[in-house]
Amino acid sequence: MSPSAADASASVGAIPIRITINGESHALQVEPWTTLLDLLRLHLDLTGTKKGCDHGQCGACTVLVDGKRINSCLTLAVMKDGSEVTTIEGLAQNGDLHPVQAAFVEYDAFQCGYCTPGQICSAVGLINEGHAQSREEIRELMSGNICRCGAYVNIVDAVEHAMAHRRQSPRNPEARS
Amino acid sequence: MNRFSYVRAASAAEAVRELADPAARIIAGGTNLLDLMKYAVEKPTRLVDITHLPLATIEDAPGGGVRIGALVTNAALAYDDRIARDYPLLSSALLAGASPQLRNAATTGGNLLQRTRCYYFYDPATPCNKREPGSGCSAIGGLNRIHAILGASENCIATHPSDMCVALAALEAVIHVEGPDGARAIPMADFHRLPGDSPEIDTTLRQGELITSVELPPPAFGQNHTYLKLRDRLSYAFALVSVAVGLNIEGGTIKKARMALGGVAHKPWRKPEAEQALEGQAPTLENFGRAAELLLQGARGHGHNDFKIELARRAIGRALSQAAEARPQSQTDKRIR
Ligand SMILES: Cc1cc2nc3c(=O)[nH]c(=O)nc-3n(C[C@H](O)[C@H](O)[C@H](O)COP(=O)(O)OP(=O)(O)OC[C@H]3O[C@@H](n4cnc5c(N)ncnc54)[C@H](O)[C@@H]3O)c2cc1C
Ligand code: SF4
Ligand code: FES
Ligand code: FES
Repeated sequence: MSPSAADASASVGAIPIRITINGESHALQVEPWTTLLDLLRLHLDLTGTKKGCDHGQCGACTVLVDGKRINSCLTLAVMKDGSEVTTIEGLAQNGDLHPVQAAFVEYDAFQCGYCTPGQICSAVGLINEGHAQSREEIRELMSGNICRCGAYVNIVDAVEHAMAHRRQSPRNPEARS
Repeated sequence: MNRFSYVRAASAAEAVRELADPAARIIAGGTNLLDLMKYAVEKPTRLVDITHLPLATIEDAPGGGVRIGALVTNAALAYDDRIARDYPLLSSALLAGASPQLRNAATTGGNLLQRTRCYYFYDPATPCNKREPGSGCSAIGGLNRIHAILGASENCIATHPSDMCVALAALEAVIHVEGPDGARAIPMADFHRLPGDSPEIDTTLRQGELITSVELPPPAFGQNHTYLKLRDRLSYAFALVSVAVGLNIEGGTIKKARMALGGVAHKPWRKPEAEQALEGQAPTLENFGRAAELLLQGARGHGHNDFKIELARRAIGRALSQAAEARPQSQTDKRIR
């Protein structure tokens, strides 16, 4: 099914891909110039992921692809054939907020909320990566997410809390210590 | 974005064959190419996706160095145990660049070939010799705060924006490429070029060549290194001036010195005379000052960027002190000590 040189003409226009989004597998036809962000928002109506700048400069479009946070505005959907994507809509489980979502509510880590889905997906990625230990490191490794309302202090509080909670949680099989 | 056809290359040879079409472009992380396509600066009619090629590993190179596949992401490279241990200068430069999200997508090959951030290059409504040869340079006499102070020409004063490349220059990396005429290796010092009268050409890569890997020589600068990046905001901003330094110090004498500057020229800026002036000398402020003068010889501002000359002079001195005292710049605690 994947396009190759032999069927080059077939690859002008829509291309079939299979992509798992928030646990659900989708077989789709996408035009090659569709970004992952536009696929989510315009084709799948998953409008939780926001478009801020569309140029990699703000982080509002952050999603997790195979567990890693990336800017969905600067990647093509067709290149993510076979991937697993998690968006803000896929973080809550059985009606329970993800610990990072809960921490954002608890610490009032937003004002207008526009940057929040990207901030939360970015924080989930940061915690998965495991490179941040201190507040300073959280600040630096959250620097790919701009907040025009300036909720940064509370965002760092929320991420710090979620990180500590994850380390302590006995039910979390991925906990590092 | 313009319309284009898409192909997923199954082998390096297939990617090279596809590149015979001059309107085709490789896409790897996509973080620079798609950005430029959205501004209609790049308008490829065909994208060749190389992300399925087996070029994402870091392996031993003959002779004790290491070979980094072109598809190793900037994040995977920065946090690789061996790179962090043996080439901390490279890890540090990578972590000084872009954002965690961008580093997760950006690749080694794509970082080498990222294009300038000159405002006019990005704006098709303005003349720019790099984007449209012969149309003129809007930055000369225009807004040029971020532009070059070294090696520029009357046709273009753009800088190369990469942090990684500045470290690769100081580490004397070698770029391995594969093309229609086979494979060849390009020393980092020869990979990027000065604008001269053809600013539209950034590198010495030939039409149809694919970067396959970057090779680092055996580790050289144990403790004495630093990557010092100065910019308008502490994170997620390009360098106004950056300095990569690696020193080898034995018994109070500098045995080997390598220095490269970022944000000041069309390529990472090195000057063998400046390095030689340090070798055999003691690591003193006076010697650092002399090396800085040599490295900046011929520097010239264009108005808004005049400040960069003095900024670079001081940054070189500070970076040499940091390296000599084994206090590499932290990319988390941004205070400059
Ligand atoms: C908001 C923002 C901030 C940034 N800040 C920084 C910063 O502070 N410091 C910094 O260094 N960088 C920064 N970057 C730039 C980033 O590092 C580059 O966009 C990235 O490294 C490019 O890699 P890529 O794999 O995404 O390249 P792509 O976009 O996929 O490709 C870039 C170019 O390289 C070509 N190419 C890619 N791979 C190969 C190959 N193997 N062989 C031949 N050609 C190839 C493509 O055809 C294209 O022309 C920033 C980017 C953004 C958007
Ligand atoms: S400096 Fe170079 S890239 Fe910028 S406008 Fe002039 S020619 Fe174009
Ligand atoms: S919308 Fe993608 S980074 Fe701003
Ligand atoms: S809460 Fe408004 S932009 Fe962050």
